[in-house]
Amino acid sequence: MMAIIQTKKLNLHYGDNHALIDIDMRINKHEITALIGPSGCGKSTFLRTLNRMNDIIRDVKIGGEVVFDGVNIYDTDIDPMSIRKKIGMVFQKPNPFPMSVYDNVAYAPRYHKVKRRILLDEIVERSLRQAALWDEVKDRLKKSALSLSGGQQQRLCIARAIALEPEILLMDEATSALDPISTFKIEDLMRELKKTYTVVMVTHNMQQAARISDKTAFFLLGDLVEFNDTEQIFRSPAHKKTLEYVSGHFG
Amino acid sequence: MNPYKAYNLYKKRAHKDTIIIRTLCFFATGVALAILFGIIAFIFAKGIPAINWKFLSTATSYEEQNFGILPNILNTVYITVLSLLIVLPIGIGSAIYLSEYGKQGRLLSVIRYTIEILSGIPSIVYGLFGALCFVTYLRMDYSLLAGACTLAVITLPIIIRTTEESLKAVDVTYREAALSMGVNRLYIIRTILLPCAMPGIIAAVILSVGRMVGESAALLFTSGTAYEMPKNLLTMYDKSGATLTVQLYQSFTEKPHWVPEDAPFAIAAVLMIVVLFLNISTYFVGKKLKRK
Ligand SMILES: Nc1ncnc2c1ncn2[C@@H]1O[C@H](COP(=O)(O)OP(=O)(O)O)[C@@H](O)[C@H]1O
Ligand SMILES: [Mg+2]
Repeated sequence: MMAIIQTKKLNLHYGDNHALIDIDMRINKHEITALIGPSGCGKSTFLRTLNRMNDIIRDVKIGGEVVFDGVNIYDTDIDPMSIRKKIGMVFQKPNPFPMSVYDNVAYAPRYHKVKRRILLDEIVERSLRQAALWDEVKDRLKKSALSLSGGQQQRLCIARAIALEPEILLMDEATSALDPISTFKIEDLMRELKKTYTVVMVTHNMQQAARISDKTAFFLLGDLVEFNDTEQIFRSPAHKKTLEYVSGHFG
Repeated sequence: MNPYKAYNLYKKRAHKDTIIIRTLCFFATGVALAILFGIIAFIFAKGIPAINWKFLSTATSYEEQNFGILPNILNTVYITVLSLLIVLPIGIGSAIYLSEYGKQGRLLSVIRYTIEILSGIPSIVYGLFGALCFVTYLRMDYSLLAGACTLAVITLPIIIRTTEESLKAVDVTYREAALSMGVNRLYIIRTILLPCAMPGIIAAVILSVGRMVGESAALLFTSGTAYEMPKNLLTMYDKSGATLTVQLYQSFTEKPHWVPEDAPFAIAAVLMIVVLFLNISTYFVGKKLKRK
């Protein structure tokens, strides 16, 4: 399997807080990689290093490499915006912009100079279809995105993130604010999405990681304790701490 | 157990102190409303009868012994618009800088504190500053432009602070989501932050317009007291001209015998109507902007 993105001795400090310690990880194309671990262990931080979203936080120091497409995205001559265009992100709380459904999906394409109406229409429809939302909203594209339900809003955020056809989709506890039915819908969706994209997700729901991910990474206090096939992690983990965590002894 | 005891416990009753507080608050509201409506009624009662078409459509003239306020109405509207054109780009621009680009730190809090202090300075002090800076030093002479600049300085703190607060209040997750799509800050500001902050900005504009239309002390030194009809609407900015408030002051203090007794009240009534008109139109302009 080919790694689409790979970290080498990745370290991150928030001021004096050493939040990520020597993380080496290879993430394969067309797989779902789940990041698990107790809260505060650095899952979100790690996820955000992959598209340079930590750049916007003050007092962050990052060492090591994140290699994507053969380049270290932290090289000084790399434009973080061009990286984020290729590596999209979905957040914990559904956060559609206060504008219409259509404008939400067209938000980034418009910025990247897609001006022609037919082209935009095409992108919006494709993205909404891929996010399994098209049938529900095709008659209300001009309605405010805030009028959708929570689960629909989150799928809209997914549609918005894939409108630019990124290579990787980062999802930070994207279902934790949703009801079980919406959660299952999004899980189904993720299985579909991995055929086109590569998904890296943070979850605090162990069953979810077991259900849909191919690889699982267990973090503890900024360390990557164990990283392996999901089956392996849940059936016979190599580390005692991993076993304790996945069997629910702490976290 | 005594069954009546339980009954008493849950019985509906009016608490004495609640009644007292409620009555006091009721009277306080009554007094406040009475003062407010009293003023409005008093001014309209004295002022409205003195308003007639000639009063509104002519200029004051010593030769013809005529008292009219058309130039003053025009000056007021003109100076307000001019002043908004100056203060809005500067104010909104600095608010955007303070909230979106400036690194949080000592310098920024010093700037904020300065803005805070500026908003507490009496307007006559601004007038003095305007007279020195705009009228004399920048050679604008007594002119509507000098007055508009002074009013812009006066209202700058309101615009900056309110805009900054409205920008800060925009959901941070919008910024994150937008940034994660590889768009730049300018695009986010234009497409999300400013539209979301628009209601706050409109509120600041309404407040400022009230301040501009109502200002008199600072304008006596800067835009002057001329009461003639401006010759040309496009070039009147470099002429001296009294706004309604300044004219009100003049008509109250140095009154030739041919100025009607109730002229100041008539002007006051017009002033209140103008403020109302400006506020309503600001509101509609803002609504239009927001929908885009
Ligand atoms: N913006 C930030 N500024 C400073 N410290 C942070 C910030 N975000 C996270 N941290 C710290 O980094 C560590 C890892 O946090 P995070 O990555 O959010 O954990 P997780 O997502 O696994 O719950 C925690 O100790 C947290 O306090
Ligand atoms: Mg987290």
